[in-house]
Amino acid sequence: MGSITLEHVNKTFGGHPVIPDVSLEIEDGEFVVFVGPSGCGKSTLLRLIAGLEDTTSGAIKLDGVDVTDKGPAHRGLAMVFQSYALYPHMTVRQNIAFPLKMANIDKAIAEQKVADAARVLNLTDYLDRKPRALSGGQRQRVAIGRAIVRQPKAFLFDEPLSNLDAALRVNMRIEITELHQQLKTTMVYVTHDQVEAMTMANRIVVLNAGRVEQFGTPLELYKSPANRFVAGFIGSPKMNFLEGAAAGKYQAEAIGVRPEHVRISRDAGEWQGKVGVAEHLGSDTFLHVHVDGVGLQTVRTGGENDYHPGEQVWLSPEPGRIYRFDRAGQALR
Amino acid sequence: MARAVSTRRKLTMTILVWLVALIVFFPILYTIITSLKTEGEAAAGFSMLPSFTFESYAAVLDQQDYFRPFFNSVVISIGSTIVALLIAVPAAWAMAFTPTPKTRDVLMWMLSTKMMPAAGVLVPMYLIFLNTGLLDTLLGLTIILTLVNLPIVVWMLYTYFKEIPVDILEAARMDGATLGKELVYVLLPMAVPGIASTLLLNVILAWNEAFWTLRLSTDDAAPLTAFIASFSSPQGQFLAKLSAASVLAILPILLLGWFSQKQLVRGLTFGAVK
Ligand SMILES: Nc1ncnc2c1ncn2[C@@H]1O[C@H](COP(=O)(O)OP(=O)(O)O)[C@@H](O)[C@H]1O
Ligand SMILES: [Mg+2]
Repeated sequence: MGSITLEHVNKTFGGHPVIPDVSLEIEDGEFVVFVGPSGCGKSTLLRLIAGLEDTTSGAIKLDGVDVTDKGPAHRGLAMVFQSYALYPHMTVRQNIAFPLKMANIDKAIAEQKVADAARVLNLTDYLDRKPRALSGGQRQRVAIGRAIVRQPKAFLFDEPLSNLDAALRVNMRIEITELHQQLKTTMVYVTHDQVEAMTMANRIVVLNAGRVEQFGTPLELYKSPANRFVAGFIGSPKMNFLEGAAAGKYQAEAIGVRPEHVRISRDAGEWQGKVGVAEHLGSDTFLHVHVDGVGLQTVRTGGENDYHPGEQVWLSPEPGRIYRFDRAGQALR
Repeated sequence: MARAVSTRRKLTMTILVWLVALIVFFPILYTIITSLKTEGEAAAGFSMLPSFTFESYAAVLDQQDYFRPFFNSVVISIGSTIVALLIAVPAAWAMAFTPTPKTRDVLMWMLSTKMMPAAGVLVPMYLIFLNTGLLDTLLGLTIILTLVNLPIVVWMLYTYFKEIPVDILEAARMDGATLGKELVYVLLPMAVPGIASTLLLNVILAWNEAFWTLRLSTDDAAPLTAFIASFSSPQGQFLAKLSAASVLAILPILLLGWFSQKQLVRGLTFGAVK
């Protein structure tokens, strides 16, 4: 079991409220991702759950039990750090076995568990090496192995993939997702990368300046963002925003339309503009179009098209795909 | 061309390093040379050529018990180092990993006690030692050496602990380690090189400390510093014997330094090269 509840959690560093007031219900077995720009308080929130930071006020409950005043060693959670934080003086075997040793688990049973974890993570051949003799990906696996050996209530990940190269990152992303499907244990995962958030999460918490902007499934966030911040943060390439007359026509302060929901034509449309840069990805092409009186807009088109820079084009939003926002940035529905 | 320049540079550097090393080592070298002279030669003026006699050593060992002060030096330098480490490890740990806004000030304050001339507190210290019966006891000297070197020990350990990523200690906490287990299984093993160098350096400093050991001991607890001093007599010729006594006193620590130089250098440059 591993449900996590935050009730009006506040964290203040030296008079500066980094987390003003967060309440969250993470259900048992969920994969929840905290996503937001750098410095928005994701790590702080995770460390509060871990017990590595004390809350300034509010309560944290695990399976309904208040653990606000318990230290990290007594919460039964496991954490994977961005820096991996392996014990450099211990072998891989000793690293993975460390939580079992701390829990005074019988040696023979511990050995069996370490062997199992090593097999799952393809580390069997490296058990007698020290961390410094491993590659980044292997170190990451050791850190995960150390987390899974003792069946914690929940796993906490703080940007675990950001020190890996792009190709390895995609692989590890899938491995962690698979691990979650196998273990069915609650996972809380912090990242600043919305692609990681969208691909891995059951539910996403979008954080901005220590506040929860929205908490929902990836598709909920994509289809009905609660406000302009979430709309702009989720989705790649970013949503196009238009203000002024273009928005006034829809009775809104600002409107947004995703690049994949903009139609492009040589003959007619809602907004006229000139093609700027074209980014060819093979499968898709992102056209950056300068629209008169509105500014730069991104359009996602098929991989093979013959629009070229300087060409006059017309853009129009797909019907029903316009997001409307009020003056405060809240979505109008 | 570039190669020729770099060879010449290397040669110059080598000569320079040897020169500096020789200058630094010269006093010890000259002490050794003098200890191998007769008293007459020693008094005659500067000369690098002794007659290689061991008569001064024989005279020194004949005149005074060497073993007793040697034993005292061992006890107080090792004893004070162990006590200092027991106090300094938790202190440095606290300051390195849970610093408060005042931590820097505390560290500076501790260091500032080393800036005060020791002679300034000689009389009160002497009176305290006299009244508590610590005068001329090994316990008394161990206490004073602990106090004298504690700031340096805390500072050295603090610097080493600072190098240990706090993530690793937090990982241990997440893995269920209590404070004691975190110290024993994670922090201390990672800090071993630093602690070892601190220990070595502190033994050397304590061994060589002369101001307090000379003034707070007379007889029973007198360490090797007092052994040397006893050969500096106001009358008669004593330079060769004084040199021989000095060599006998510094020899053990010189050997310790020689055999542990790798560890010492590694510890003292820890973090600087990485
Ligand atoms: N120990 C600390 N002391 C003071 N300020 C901190 C501390 N930890 C984090 N902060 C501040 O809190 C804010 C959020 O930090 P963090 O949670 O690390 O953000 P994120 O992980 O989203 O990048 C930052 O402005 C950071 O400077
Ligand atoms: Mg962070």
